[in-house]
Amino acid sequence: MKPTNKRHQTKEVKQPRYARPVRQDTRRTTSAGGNFVDKLKAYRDLHAHALFSSLGRLVAAPFNSVMTIAVLSIAISLASGFYLVLANLQQLTGNLETSAQISLFLKNEISDSHAKQLADSIRKNPSIQSVKLITKEQALAEFKTYSGFGSAISVLKTNPLPIVIQVLPKDTLEDKQGLEKLLQSFQQSVEVDSAQLDMQWVERLQSIMAVAQCAATLLNLMLGFAVLFIAGNTIRLELHSRREEVVIAKLVGATRAFIQRPFLYTGFWIGFISGVVAWFTVTLMMLIIRQPVAKLSDLYGGDFHLLFFGFTETIELIAISSALGVLGSWVVLMYQLQYTKPE
Amino acid sequence: MLKFDNVTKRYPETGDVLRNISFHLRHGEIAFLTGHSGAGKSTLLKLIAVMERCNRGMILLDGQNLSGAKENQIPFLRRKMGFIYQDYKLLQDRTVFDNVALPLVIAGSGHQEIARRVRAALDKVGLSGQEKKYPMALSGGEQQRVGIARAVVNKPPIIIADEPTGNLDPELAAEIMRLFESFQQVGVTVLIASHDISLISKMNHRVLKLDHGQLVSG
Repeated sequence: MKPTNKRHQTKEVKQPRYARPVRQDTRRTTSAGGNFVDKLKAYRDLHAHALFSSLGRLVAAPFNSVMTIAVLSIAISLASGFYLVLANLQQLTGNLETSAQISLFLKNEISDSHAKQLADSIRKNPSIQSVKLITKEQALAEFKTYSGFGSAISVLKTNPLPIVIQVLPKDTLEDKQGLEKLLQSFQQSVEVDSAQLDMQWVERLQSIMAVAQCAATLLNLMLGFAVLFIAGNTIRLELHSRREEVVIAKLVGATRAFIQRPFLYTGFWIGFISGVVAWFTVTLMMLIIRQPVAKLSDLYGGDFHLLFFGFTETIELIAISSALGVLGSWVVLMYQLQYTKPE
Repeated sequence: MLKFDNVTKRYPETGDVLRNISFHLRHGEIAFLTGHSGAGKSTLLKLIAVMERCNRGMILLDGQNLSGAKENQIPFLRRKMGFIYQDYKLLQDRTVFDNVALPLVIAGSGHQEIARRVRAALDKVGLSGQEKKYPMALSGGEQQRVGIARAVVNKPPIIIADEPTGNLDPELAAEIMRLFESFQQVGVTVLIASHDISLISKMNHRVLKLDHGQLVSG
């Protein structure tokens, strides 16, 4: 430490040359490296500087940034759009209960009174919880109200709809085999044209949804990788154009963390901004299709409401895109920085 | 301060570039490193900067073994040395202040500390008041002095200059040399690689002469 002291002395001798000798004098009392709090503040400042300077760089090269962010936000919009569409469909099918209800479509020649007798006889079966008779007229009225084909139906001379008996078996009959047996017994009765276990439809719909969900997950995974690679490639180009800066920083003793920091923040920003843009894109699209969907829902008499991104989903979307931006950058930096050496 | 002990550097393509180099620079010593081009000057400097590793022997800086340093120690070793380059290696898109401040920013110094030290370093090289300029707006001699200010701003115990006067006219070169001597006077070790024989002979300092990878004097 001797040389340092000596240098301090010489500086003091040359004091008159300083522009602000008085200020310099007071500062000299602090130790050369600054105290712990100063270092901590300096570290915080480094992060803040990297955060804002990387944003500044993006703004300074708007064409490149806009291109990158556009590509990224399209990928993220696709992924989050799929997610939202699926969520909406799930909302639709989720309302359908997997009830064990059986619908008996009676033959056309069966009269209303005959049907009533049949319904009464079924009601006596100990394994049946409830029975509901829907006459041809009731069915037609219901269909007119909810299908949206009301005017078309009224053109018809005869009522094409069959009498339906809705049978709800008791909860004890939950196992599938019992239900199948019951179904078969109904099918065999002469009055019944066809017996339909409603659950089958729900199950089919649900397995279609499961396939769709699986496909969407795979697709989103792919899009996630796309975001990763696009972000990584952007950082690679950035690293390439700032090669000299990296080399000089290395030569004056910069650690890997120091060199990586601004690039990681750049990755964060492009991910973050793309996430926000994607949110707006998808929300805008949902707003556009909201009207037609509401109309469709009206036609089916449903009270289906389009789901938008909720608060948590919004946070998740932006967090995931930002994380992918950082991760993509990090992977590239891991690999590329060791080749960015002073020569 | 800086000790080479039987250092050999071999490249697979060219064979031995440096052979059995041994010398010792003491605290506050100033020395020239000279030799024809291809004699191994820049390889020797690269070994000091830990940009290359020697194949045999040992290099000690202030008692620390450079040749065996782990990858993550290298930045901290480089902070103990001030490097000065023929092509200055300044960041053209940063101001003089930011260029000089870089080693301090990297070392994590506080704002006030940085401002104080950068001003002191610029003052030392005679560039007070030029903080806000960009390197492009300065002459070659001035840019070299910015490079020197950057090298000394964190008060390293050793300064290594690679052809620092290569691009400068004799008058400016002499001025830069006087600057190095002033560092030496405050206890800093200085190693200057140069092939400017006339300048070296005028200065009357220790000369390490390399010839085909071997130290022939010093």
